[in-house]
Amino acid sequence: MEQIHWVRHRWQQLVSADSGRGWYSSPEAVRTKSSPEAHMLTHDRFTGKRRVVVARHGPLQSEYKIISKGCKGNGIRTTKYNLLSFIPMNLFQQFHRAANLYFLFLVMLNWIPVVEAFQKEITMIPLVVVLLVIAFKDALEDYRRYRFDKMVNNNIVSVYSGRKQAYVDQRWRDVRVGDFVHLSCNEIIPADMLLLYSSDPHGVCYIETANLDGETNLKQRQVVRELLQQGSELAPESFNSRIECEIPNNNLGRFRGYMELPNKARVGLHNSNLLLRSCTIRNTETVVGIVVYAGHETKAMMNNSGPRYKRSKLERRLNVDVMWCVLLLIVMCVTGAVGHGLWLQNLKDSPYLIPDHTSPALAGFYLFWTLIIVLQVLIPISLYVSIEIVKLGQVFFIQNDMDFYNDHLDSRIQCRALNITEDLGQVQYVFSDKTGTLTENKMVFRRCTIFGVEYPHEENAKRLELYEPEEDEVGHLLTLKSCSSAKSLSRRSLSCKVTGHAEEDGTDQPPSPTIPCHSAFSSRMAKDVIPDPLLVQKLNCLSVSPLRESSSPSQELTYIVDFFLALAICNTVVVSSPTQPRHIGFYSQVRVPEISPLTSLEDIKLMFQRFGRSRFSTASSPQASGSPRGLASRLFARGKAGSTPREDSNPDQEPDLLGHKPGVDRASGEEVEEEGDGNTENKEGEQELSMVYNNLLVNRGEGRDSVEGSTGGHNQPKEHGVEDNTVVYEAESPDEAALVHAARAYRCTLQGRSLERLLVELPGVGSLDVHLLHILPFDSTRKRMSVVVQHPLTGQVVVYTKGADSVIMDLAELTTDAEQADSRQGHIRDQTQKHLDSYAREGLRTLCIAKRVLEEEEYDNWLKLQRFAETSIENREELLLESAQRLECKLTLLGATGIVDRLQEEVPETIEALQKAGVRIWVLTGDKQETAINIACACKLLRPSDQLLIANCGSKEACEALFQELLAEVEHNQLTSEATGLTLVINGYTLDLVLQGKLKEEFLELSRHCKAVICCRSTPLQKSQVVQLVRDQLGVMTLAIGDGANDVSMIQVADVGVGISGQEGMQAVMSSDFAISRFKHLRKLMLVHGHWCYTRLANMVLYFFYKNVMYVNLLFYYQFFCGFSGSVMTNSWVLIFFNLLFTSAPPLLYGILDRDVTASTLIKLPQLYKLGNNSMAYQSSTFWLTILDAFYQSLVCFFVPYFAYAGSDVDILSFGSPINASALLIILLHQVLESHTLTWLHGLVLLGSGLFYFGFTLVFSCLCVTCSPPTNPLGVETLQMSQPLFYAVCTLTTVLALLPRMLFHALHNTISPPTALAAAQMDKLNPEEYWKRMQRWNHTQAEARSLHVDDLVLQNPDAELITQDLQECNTNTGPVVS
Amino acid sequence: MMASSYNAKEEDGHHSGAPGHGVAGTVKSKKPDNTAFKQQRLPAWQPILTAGTVLPAFFVIGLIFIPIGIGLFVTSNNIKEFEIDYTGLDMSSPCYNCSQSFSWNNTKPCTCSVHFNLDQPFESNVFMYYGLSNFYQNHRRYVKSRDDSQLNGNKKSLQDPSKECEPYRTSDSKPIAPCGAIANSLFNDTLDLFYIDPNGTKTPIPLVKKGIAWWTDKHVKFRNPGVNDNLTAVFQGTNKPVNWRKPVYELDPEDHENNGFINEDFIVWMRTAALPTFRKLYRIIQKKNNMTPTLPRGEYIMEVTYNYPVRSFEGRKRMILSTISWMGGKNPFLGIAYITVGSVCFFLGVVLLIIHHKYGNRNNSPDIPN
Repeated sequence: MEQIHWVRHRWQQLVSADSGRGWYSSPEAVRTKSSPEAHMLTHDRFTGKRRVVVARHGPLQSEYKIISKGCKGNGIRTTKYNLLSFIPMNLFQQFHRAANLYFLFLVMLNWIPVVEAFQKEITMIPLVVVLLVIAFKDALEDYRRYRFDKMVNNNIVSVYSGRKQAYVDQRWRDVRVGDFVHLSCNEIIPADMLLLYSSDPHGVCYIETANLDGETNLKQRQVVRELLQQGSELAPESFNSRIECEIPNNNLGRFRGYMELPNKARVGLHNSNLLLRSCTIRNTETVVGIVVYAGHETKAMMNNSGPRYKRSKLERRLNVDVMWCVLLLIVMCVTGAVGHGLWLQNLKDSPYLIPDHTSPALAGFYLFWTLIIVLQVLIPISLYVSIEIVKLGQVFFIQNDMDFYNDHLDSRIQCRALNITEDLGQVQYVFSDKTGTLTENKMVFRRCTIFGVEYPHEENAKRLELYEPEEDEVGHLLTLKSCSSAKSLSRRSLSCKVTGHAEEDGTDQPPSPTIPCHSAFSSRMAKDVIPDPLLVQKLNCLSVSPLRESSSPSQELTYIVDFFLALAICNTVVVSSPTQPRHIGFYSQVRVPEISPLTSLEDIKLMFQRFGRSRFSTASSPQASGSPRGLASRLFARGKAGSTPREDSNPDQEPDLLGHKPGVDRASGEEVEEEGDGNTENKEGEQELSMVYNNLLVNRGEGRDSVEGSTGGHNQPKEHGVEDNTVVYEAESPDEAALVHAARAYRCTLQGRSLERLLVELPGVGSLDVHLLHILPFDSTRKRMSVVVQHPLTGQVVVYTKGADSVIMDLAELTTDAEQADSRQGHIRDQTQKHLDSYAREGLRTLCIAKRVLEEEEYDNWLKLQRFAETSIENREELLLESAQRLECKLTLLGATGIVDRLQEEVPETIEALQKAGVRIWVLTGDKQETAINIACACKLLRPSDQLLIANCGSKEACEALFQELLAEVEHNQLTSEATGLTLVINGYTLDLVLQGKLKEEFLELSRHCKAVICCRSTPLQKSQVVQLVRDQLGVMTLAIGDGANDVSMIQVADVGVGISGQEGMQAVMSSDFAISRFKHLRKLMLVHGHWCYTRLANMVLYFFYKNVMYVNLLFYYQFFCGFSGSVMTNSWVLIFFNLLFTSAPPLLYGILDRDVTASTLIKLPQLYKLGNNSMAYQSSTFWLTILDAFYQSLVCFFVPYFAYAGSDVDILSFGSPINASALLIILLHQVLESHTLTWLHGLVLLGSGLFYFGFTLVFSCLCVTCSPPTNPLGVETLQMSQPLFYAVCTLTTVLALLPRMLFHALHNTISPPTALAAAQMDKLNPEEYWKRMQRWNHTQAEARSLHVDDLVLQNPDAELITQDLQECNTNTGPVVS
Repeated sequence: MMASSYNAKEEDGHHSGAPGHGVAGTVKSKKPDNTAFKQQRLPAWQPILTAGTVLPAFFVIGLIFIPIGIGLFVTSNNIKEFEIDYTGLDMSSPCYNCSQSFSWNNTKPCTCSVHFNLDQPFESNVFMYYGLSNFYQNHRRYVKSRDDSQLNGNKKSLQDPSKECEPYRTSDSKPIAPCGAIANSLFNDTLDLFYIDPNGTKTPIPLVKKGIAWWTDKHVKFRNPGVNDNLTAVFQGTNKPVNWRKPVYELDPEDHENNGFINEDFIVWMRTAALPTFRKLYRIIQKKNNMTPTLPRGEYIMEVTYNYPVRSFEGRKRMILSTISWMGGKNPFLGIAYITVGSVCFFLGVVLLIIHHKYGNRNNSPDIPN
């Protein structure tokens, strides 16, 4: 299925020169056609670019009738043609191709009588064949689309019917704009709808957009606000609001409009109200929406884009050579024309001339065109078609490579651009993103610092180190468990009811360690944070008795609690549970009360208030003292109501246990766990979970998710345990998930979320309802996000901000009044900065957490501004930014976190291999310099011996000086020839200067000396600019690899864009040429497939040129013996078929299957990649050498028969017969000589081609009496092939023609064997010897590297070196005899 | 459970209309098949051309080609061939007069006699050819100027010949049979051979005119329209080609069966020659018995009815007598070529052997230079 799929796209590209005319744009085309009438009919309603929607069966029916005419139904038709239009439209499409036009031109030319070379029908054959093949494919694909359309259109959905006054099942295609659609959980949304009702009491509904953008995290959608307040079930028949929105567009992230209520009030609509077609409803029992866009007008349908079309480097090179062929053709034709003219001039009246009164000059002119037809084969139009087919074959093999298969995601490589396979073999520069590309983008909380105190989390570090081996052993069951969350269900679009799915999942798939649940960012590794004992101890004070402590640690405690509260709530994480349907745990909030914290909540609050007030009274204005109290008291009352009853639950248990020393706890926890669990496979996992509180968990079967289990389970026992024992976090970014999980490890658990409330559980306090006032989402300019909440304990309005350290550190209050608290704050800042630096050195990602307490008045002021910003339509973004900045200042630094992002597996090996292959790797990252360098070291991009050149400068002048200095240093370095590699590190600001100013040359010059370049703190734009700079200025082949939206521009700019389908959605994949799932796949993709594709295609192209030139020359030489009259010595059918049938299949096979070196050798000897890297296989010299050989072969092929038959009574066709036969043999055997491998398939095709030719000509010469009028093939071949002379001539010709190439190969391979060949010889050895040699090779390579400073000068490939090594390898067994 | 998941994002940006792979029940893995073909592990033969591997091939070629070449050369040398130019461009030439005065429509035939000597007797069957030089029978438009279906006996084409025959399609508003330039330029010299005994008597040599055309041509390709009995009636309403003196049904006054389109001289002419210098089979001199040679050495006279003009295109006319072997007529080229190529291969084989020894030794030696 898939194969057909990409084949179709390929052909589409073939057919339509302008891809915009492909089928996927058809909806737009149709729309533009229909829109004028729509405008006329509903002119009054379509004011400008608006669409008005009213309920179909509602009170506004009359209006509906007018409106609905402008809207499309929900049926989709993605087919390009119907039965009637197929032939004309398909032909029209096909003639958009230059190649077809060329054929057409030849056909037309042949219709001019004076020019006519062959019978008319014969010239049409190539055209007809191509057209038919493509038309057949098109028809097949169109039929397939038709069937899919039908299937989709016939899906059933529940739609409100006006007649029956109820929801009835209808097919998708019958859904109309204005219909009310009723959807249940896990149903797919049939059209873009406005969410009007959700069974969720808060009016939210979750959708999974995996079908749309591949992101599997749940997105929250909400009911149109005003409707939520109306409450109650929606009554479609009385829905009399008018919805006005944008006309259909393809912007998935934007939806604007308003709903006009019956009372003329307008409610704004935005993206969060819209349910998009083809998304899936999750975690919500039922929703009802009104269709606003249907069918082709839905955003999903308008967003389809076809595959990418890029011209590969080789193709560009090839076009040059095609131009040479054109030149050659013209030279030949001019020669013929001039020759004919001269020849005619010397003749007066001869019996063989047909008198037609044309002057010799005119006759020469006519002949020029005749020869164009006769020699048409020289222009390898078939080459283009062949290349397309070959690339399809190559893509097929790439896609079928097992090594690219990812068990876990069940994904293989996606080749989205089908025509640049060979570019993979010529990459010189790789530009890589860091996060998610080199690393797993699986953020795991590693350590943190709070209140200036560092908590190293030693146990956690050990766990992370242990992680990999352990996973391999027990991954299986763990995977099951973690996947038995909502994710596995949702990914597979299974019904809510299927709960046993996890088992099936597990048995189907082998365990895969690293990505148990890729989309949720909640891998086991991320979840199971082992808390730091010291921090736990401190946190336990909260439960024990905060007031007993001295003030300083208590203030520290407030910091700690605030810190974890921030971790838990300062995010956009969606909480869900695998058991469905589940909404946010607010129901349970009511039931929570039985649970008891040890200390009274009041005590804690008091503590908070005490420190809070004292702090605020000193730090902020005096009036602060009064107002927060008001708030606090209000909150207090609520908090009291919520939490006081907890006291009656087991009050003694928790403090006792928590009071233990962590080590002891851990041991006991393990024991209990093992008993309770009984799941021995799970042992490893349990060990990790040996948290201080785990001993509380006695009878829980869940080993894994027990973090929240321990808290939640403890607090909310059996009644609703089923619901709550597994909470799944679905975060937008992995950092968020890591932090939430970290907080949960400290029992600060985010338990639920709605629009306005958050349910957070704090240790010793229990569940708290946090009033969420605002979320200021993350953006890349601010580099931070904030939440505004009412503090659950103090009741103050608090801003929690989380963001990049540089930003937060700047924003954190710089205090001038040197009070005690401030000095402490200063101390915290200094300490935190110190810790941050050390984190960065360790390669951790750092985030700072800060808070700000707002006075009520301050908040009110800000609120006004924010409301204004939110509601304003013009420059809304600026206003929002401004408003956010106003809020996020004067922050109090709480602490910072260090998140580790582990390297993906085999990244160092891959990078090492690529560097050995002569590819330069640039890392472009947004991370800070230290982190970037650290990661570069970790992935062996940097070696200890390498010298770092750091380019950071503040101004342009400084930069210039710096670059001069660095350049001088580099030159000095080269002179002294130290054995170090140079690595340039440049930061974003400097990069900006470089890109703007005139420092480009210096930068490039510098980078040319460096084996690696690390650009840190770079923006997406800079990334693409850097790629562009290198690509254009150095004229090299670039490859960009990345996984996130920020890499998209870079991926698009690079010659080859590779997307990693990782944690951050599908944007990168959607814009890439190749999508892989791990960075390590790049190695095989480039070194093996790239190499193969390149050499295969290069060789095939050369072979094609050779073949065409060789054959056409035969016809050309004949012109010298027929008065340049355009005669051919072959029957025209055979002539046309020669290229089209007899010799077309072998080169295709050659291009798809040839293999110069085996995959394993290519992987082990990355040096071989330099072949393609330096375009060695296909250069001008090789092209001309090939052409020369073709000339020689054609000379032999023509003149041996010529001399053999000269002066005899041979007739035209009998003369052509041995020439044709030997040409065929030469061409086929030439390929055998050129092939590196011959499989039975090659044999079959070669033999088949030969037999086909002889069979065809024999049959033709037996049966064709008058079928081919001007020529007279009857009996020619039968007679010829019965004569020994024929065979004598063919043998001599073939041998003589192939002799030089054979000799050349033999001499070349013997005297100076090329690298690839030497490697190929190694392939033939038996495994043991192979290993031995490989080791020796690598050994000598290593030695060579240490001796030579080749690393600096990459242009000079150490091919000779390899050769020598190989020769050395050969010494053991002697030369390999094939 | 949905019958299919609705997938907007397929691998290559496919439209959302297509249901995805998640068909209910069977969750098909996308794992590629582990077959030798798909994983590109088909067992393959890797021909690596090195001096060592190619060397035997060169020797083998040499060893095979040289004997073949010698065989061909000897065969070619054994063929007896005699050629005489009777164009008559020289004043001294007996046909000088005939060649000077020329018109296609000459009613009075011009004859001339050419004397020649055979130094060696021709033992087996002797093939008698006429040869033309500088005659471009392979000219594109000349080659096309015929109507195969007319020649195949199609009555409709007889009356309405193909357009390709223009301007030799009609004359006097009657269709020409056979039409076209090829037929029109039919070689129409008559050659007769006489042996002059040592005693001076002039004995005519019997020339067989049957069997000179290809069997397929004579029996399949060329057919007279209608029944052969009354060709005059069949060709009623057609005109002879403008350069012809006799209509097609009177080409051979002696043999009734050899008239019309199936006249063998005509058929031979119609098979256009590949090269501008060519010969065409004219007659066969059958070997009489084993005792006497077909053509004994001695003096001969060729009597030429000189009709065919070649001066306008600077052509030459020749008469060739040749015996024939299994490999056709006399042609020393192939034999020499075989011997040469064979020798070269052998020589190269030796060179390769040296190279192989030199470099192969280097490869084989336990001590690696450098």
